[in-house]
Amino acid sequence: MTSLLAELRGLSVSYPTAGRTAFALREVHLDIAMGERLAIIGESGSGKTTLALALASILPPQARLAGRIDWPGLARAPVAGRDVGFVFQDPGSSLNPVMRIGEQVAEGARRHLGLGRSAGLERALSLLQRVRIPDPEAALRGYPHQFSGGQRQRIAIACAIAARPRLLIADEPTSALDMVVQAEIVRLLDGLVREEGMTLVFITHDIGLASGFADRIAVFRDGALVEAGATREILAKPAQAYTRSLIAAHIDFASPRLIEPA
Amino acid sequence: MSFLARFLRSPEGVAGLLLLACLLAMALLAPVLFPRDPLSIVGRPLIPPFADWSLPLGTDRLGRDVLAGLMHGARTSLLVGISAAVVALAAGAVIGTLAGFAAGWLDEALMRVVDAFQIVPPFLLALAFVSVVGASLPVIVLAIALGAWTGAARLARAEVLSIRERDYVAAARVIGMHPLEIAFKEVLPNALPPVLALTSVIVAGAVLTEAALSFLGLGDPNTVTWGSMIAEGRNVLRTAPFLSIVPGLGLVLTVLGVYLLGEGLVEALARKRRRQ
Amino acid sequence: MNRALKLVGRRAVSSIPVLLIVVVGTFFLLELASGDAVDAYLVSLGGGDAELARSLRESYGLDRSPLHRLWLYTSSLARLDLGWSVAFNRPILDLILERLPNTLWLMGSATAMAFALGTLLGILAGARPGSAADRVLSIGSLALYAVPSFWLGLVLSLIFAVQLRWFPTAGIETIASGKTGLDRALDISRHLVLPVCALGFIYLALFLRMMRAGMAEVWRQDFVLAARAKGLARSRIVLSHVARNALLPLVTMLGLQAATMLGGSVVIESVFAIPGFGRLAHEAVAARDAPLLMGIIVSSAVLVVLVNLLVDLAYAALDPRVGAGEPAS
Repeated sequence: MTSLLAELRGLSVSYPTAGRTAFALREVHLDIAMGERLAIIGESGSGKTTLALALASILPPQARLAGRIDWPGLARAPVAGRDVGFVFQDPGSSLNPVMRIGEQVAEGARRHLGLGRSAGLERALSLLQRVRIPDPEAALRGYPHQFSGGQRQRIAIACAIAARPRLLIADEPTSALDMVVQAEIVRLLDGLVREEGMTLVFITHDIGLASGFADRIAVFRDGALVEAGATREILAKPAQAYTRSLIAAHIDFASPRLIEPA
Repeated sequence: MSFLARFLRSPEGVAGLLLLACLLAMALLAPVLFPRDPLSIVGRPLIPPFADWSLPLGTDRLGRDVLAGLMHGARTSLLVGISAAVVALAAGAVIGTLAGFAAGWLDEALMRVVDAFQIVPPFLLALAFVSVVGASLPVIVLAIALGAWTGAARLARAEVLSIRERDYVAAARVIGMHPLEIAFKEVLPNALPPVLALTSVIVAGAVLTEAALSFLGLGDPNTVTWGSMIAEGRNVLRTAPFLSIVPGLGLVLTVLGVYLLGEGLVEALARKRRRQ
Repeated sequence: MNRALKLVGRRAVSSIPVLLIVVVGTFFLLELASGDAVDAYLVSLGGGDAELARSLRESYGLDRSPLHRLWLYTSSLARLDLGWSVAFNRPILDLILERLPNTLWLMGSATAMAFALGTLLGILAGARPGSAADRVLSIGSLALYAVPSFWLGLVLSLIFAVQLRWFPTAGIETIASGKTGLDRALDISRHLVLPVCALGFIYLALFLRMMRAGMAEVWRQDFVLAARAKGLARSRIVLSHVARNALLPLVTMLGLQAATMLGGSVVIESVFAIPGFGRLAHEAVAARDAPLLMGIIVSSAVLVVLVNLLVDLAYAALDPRVGAGEPAS
């Protein structure tokens, strides 16, 4: 295995609620290798989003963290935006409705790369080209409501990679979009990660979608890690019954083309 | 947990309730403790407060008992505030229900009337109405309600529009109930709760408007009000500021009590909804 | 700007029937009162002869049918003829135009003060929900919100004009001071400080509370979490993302409060003896000059409509989504 970007050791996240503590994540041990594409699979409530927020260090202030996240791949503690980029589920709500696209894409770059106003906009322009927004010059001056859902998610991706982070976390980035657009977004993420040499953590409930391009899969349930391993191995020989049921459900109901029955 | 228990958990609500209970006690006890007309002269003019224990808060420029005025004033304030709110809410709920249920041209016409009332400064409207019709308590109540019913009407209409398509309304139509009967028996009661949430704002506004009207000399000349006491005291503001300040404090506490109580009720209702 | 102008045009046209309803309403009030006005005028002259009463009644159209009078009233209003003030013995329109600037100054300054301070303090309270600053500001604003403006005016003038002598007690400027230019502007603004505070504080409290509540709402939005994920400075998150979005409902509120504030200026102008539009209304009531009072109501409705058109323009400038029917691309 190549060198490690991050090591999660006994990571727990809890929220104090009336009287007792509710655990969103319990004793997770997980390694993230440099340059890999790791898919985190789980149903809602499995703790996968909490894991994503913890990695990006944007957990809500009342969340309590126990255990450790070490970053051997970075020289220092990660800075949100600078080292970790984040793509949210719904681009309709993750973009500021009253801020120009150019400014939204540029603000992370300006903050972390020390760019001035015009240099920031230039960076935003090249990013919009990278994510293939049509007429990027005009898009700089546009507002989110003027774009389609898929275009908004491309813009959100441009925002996330603006400061050239080492790690890109995408939290269900396609589940608010229709099927055709989903495939485009996955292809875009895949290409960007390859070209930039970024590490990708892709969070999804859809094991079929993940198996299409992830190097490794980690399955979560009820805040705990069920199992993790290379995609092919997990799909071929799942060690846990829960993983087997996820795969079975997928074969039964979703696109069977991903895993041909032997 | 009962509604009362939930309400008692909000410190704002409890503070408001206590304030209003004190004021209500003042208003109710006024005729018992001070059976004489509070406008009658009881002593030397401008006795300072705490100087004569038979007149604890002293007398005003004409020698009238300030404490008696204060307590009778609470009566007027609460009476006018609550009556005006009842009239405004009732008128707003009825007109809003009609507009929402009738739809079409009647709705359009009624909503333009609501718009018209909203672009006229409510205080100017009350001023004009009282000055044209003549000052008396019922007229003042009506004048204040004239400027306060539009919010309730808009809200009631919006509620009715969402309720009128529901099953029980359709069922009432099928069994051949008269549209007006459906509107007021089936729809209005269900549209009412959010409209009632406006009560505290309307009562507070009405208390303030009544005070401002009587401050400008448009109150009922035969009743003591806090506004008229402030206006009276203003003539001797430099020498006896007390006379204007104290009734003003009464107003502040009343309005504050109404807001706090309203906030506590809204909070208790929100907690109930969260539970469900 | 095209979409904003289109919107404003539409709003302007739709307010014509509404203004007509106001005119009909004031006409009915006038009908209730007009006999009184003639009598009151005659009394103020120390009794008058029958000839004068007849000619006055004729000039009010009192010898015609009510419908005909309504037509006369509406058509003369359409010609910007608001009638004749019996109390001041001058055309009503002249009186209103003469008094209006003082009120516009008062309302404009009070609105600006309330909006600026209210927003600022609201941001301060909403930047860290639940903090000490938040609690103090929200309790303080609730208390301020309960204070009647005319009484606040009296208390302020008692403290700052009578006791401390920092500001003048009354008027809009020093009478016959012969001041011009900047001196005069300074003199007027010194006179306006206390009335502006008395009129504006309640709106300050309102804007503060709205801003605070609005920011609490916006904090929960995804794009704020996205801004945190970008690693932006806290001040930028608070100002550019949270406050910027929470500001929008306040702008709408500016329009909604225009009518109430105009009403409030009646009392404040009376407290501080400012010869403005609101004091004119009080004077009209005192002189039982109903036509003047109705002229004031109609013109205040027009003023409120104009203010709302301005607010619409401002809102359209602040919210790019306004008037955008479908996605442009």
